[in-house]
Amino acid sequence: MFQIGELVFRMALELRNIVKKDGGNTIIYDASISFEPRSFNILLGTTLAGKTTLMQLIAGIQKPTSGKIFHKGKDVTGMAVQKRNVSMVYQQFINYPNFSVYENIASPLRVAGMTNAEIGRRVGKAAELLRLGPMLQRKPSELSGGQQQRTAIARALVKDSDIILLDEPLANLDYKLREELREELPKIFADRDAIVVYATTEPSEALLFGGNTATMHEGRITQFGPTSTSYRRPVDLLTAQVFSDPPINTTKAEKRGQTLSVFSNQKWPVGEAGRKLKDGEYTIGIRPHNVAPFKHGKSIGTLNAKVIVTEISGSESVIHATVDGHTWISQSHGIHALPIGSQAELYADLDQCLFFDGNNRLVS
Amino acid sequence: MSNKIVNQKAWFLVAPVFLVVAFNALIPLMTVVNFSVQETFGDNVFTWAGVQWFQDVLHSERFHNALLKQLLFSAIVLAIEIPLGLAIALTMPRKGIWVSFCLILMALPLLIPWNVVGSMWNIMALPDIGLLAKMINGLGIDYNYTRQPVAAWFTIVLMDVWHWTSLVVLLCYAGLVSIPDAYYQAAKVDGAKPWAVFRYIQLPKLKHVLTIAVLLRFMDSFMIYTEVSVLTGGGPGNATTFLSIDLVKIALGQFDLGPAAAMSLIYFMIILAMSWLFYTLMMKNEES
Repeated sequence: MFQIGELVFRMALELRNIVKKDGGNTIIYDASISFEPRSFNILLGTTLAGKTTLMQLIAGIQKPTSGKIFHKGKDVTGMAVQKRNVSMVYQQFINYPNFSVYENIASPLRVAGMTNAEIGRRVGKAAELLRLGPMLQRKPSELSGGQQQRTAIARALVKDSDIILLDEPLANLDYKLREELREELPKIFADRDAIVVYATTEPSEALLFGGNTATMHEGRITQFGPTSTSYRRPVDLLTAQVFSDPPINTTKAEKRGQTLSVFSNQKWPVGEAGRKLKDGEYTIGIRPHNVAPFKHGKSIGTLNAKVIVTEISGSESVIHATVDGHTWISQSHGIHALPIGSQAELYADLDQCLFFDGNNRLVS
Repeated sequence: MSNKIVNQKAWFLVAPVFLVVAFNALIPLMTVVNFSVQETFGDNVFTWAGVQWFQDVLHSERFHNALLKQLLFSAIVLAIEIPLGLAIALTMPRKGIWVSFCLILMALPLLIPWNVVGSMWNIMALPDIGLLAKMINGLGIDYNYTRQPVAAWFTIVLMDVWHWTSLVVLLCYAGLVSIPDAYYQAAKVDGAKPWAVFRYIQLPKLKHVLTIAVLLRFMDSFMIYTEVSVLTGGGPGNATTFLSIDLVKIALGQFDLGPAAAMSLIYFMIILAMSWLFYTLMMKNEES
């Protein structure tokens, strides 16, 4: 996507105008994206955004209706999955049920026809990396969910794939194991000479991993680039919505001079972000963590809200409230136990406000 | 242990189950036990016979023959129906409009009353008018199930396969569709061949349903009565006189209630023991 030298380009994986239809439904609309070698890439989107289909197209499990896929400069569009040197990890814990952990990890190497000594060496290395050493002789059914998924990941790592695809691998794990594996994953893939593609529904997971993020919505890639850029500077409202959890707060705003008219006749100052914009109609987006029940920041927008519910988790409060018929969410540090149905004043930090034009493109 | 709470109310909660089991299993079984240890000549006159009937039955050649035939029948039927059912289930479509068509087609034989199945095959196999008999004879093979033991066995096995393979198919099919698609994709990514997919993914995942299929088919085939009774009545001669048919002959034909009762209990014990054996072997297999 960015400036890529000829050599680097030849190493990369490129999807060019990929369209996938299934019966009458279009699942992927004209996706063009290219992944750099040795990169960690995240596909972020809700369920049914097309993440899994895109991965299966990359793997070669499905064929695109139109468009081409290039790997290392070679057209691999019609190539069978076995010949592509890819590995995949799924949301479900997929292992051969009657193989031991050792044999499970060794299975792709056995198909490749490696010697026993080489297999032993590689399985040992992968098992060590994923801390499966003591479980090598056990069957998958005797392992915890976390260990089963580690086995599946070890199987994906063991054969030095060019492309490693992870389709929501942590979604079926319980909280503690998810946190644990989430922390380890970037380290596991750090010194791999492979393109890693990781699908997730959770914006926080994307932010944690860094790398590049492609935000997806209903079969379209809305933006692709470094994760922090996608988060801070979403190109459009849709990307901002996909990449925000809890959901981003939005409202129509009319800018006149240095004043914003929002809701029914509420006046706000124009923050840092919108100062240079022309007067007119905009949609503004403010992330929940920039809205708090206390004043903060330099340009403050006051919201007269009616509290729907307050979720308090440890040291954080998430307040859902209605403002003039719109639902707004505030996410702030500290315990703010506002009673349900009460009137409260919430304050938005307008310097962090995102401005979108009539076509919902980012303009600020 | 001293602070163990004794809760007498629990008895009220389990009492209904005891009552049901007593009425539908224990009490009927006890009347059979009652007959099996006594000699009766009617008029409610009973004399104590001890284990006499059990000894008689266990030593009679007739019983041995019937038991052997029954075992052979179950073995043949299992050896055909389980692989055939699995093979049909594997070839059935997983999605699309043909799924319900196939499922209904498979379920049809199971919906037909057993004695109707017997009558159907009886008419089909009749030497003079039967479609099946005409076809086989047309091939130049002398086939007459009312005279030839081999032909009678062939017909009964064919009937049972027709009637019950569907059950195995439906069980296996249910097992197959419950395997997540990701398994097949993972195998594809690994480059596994179709045989490896069957051997290392489908077969292990079908272990439980196959256990159930084998158990059900064994118990049912070991107790087969209605269809055989309608089709051959145990003949020609005693060629298809299985335990169940022999039992009815002794109990209702000869009215030997004592030996019949003893035989019933032995029959029951055999089925119980075999089923337990099957189950433990298969579950043990599972663990190792």
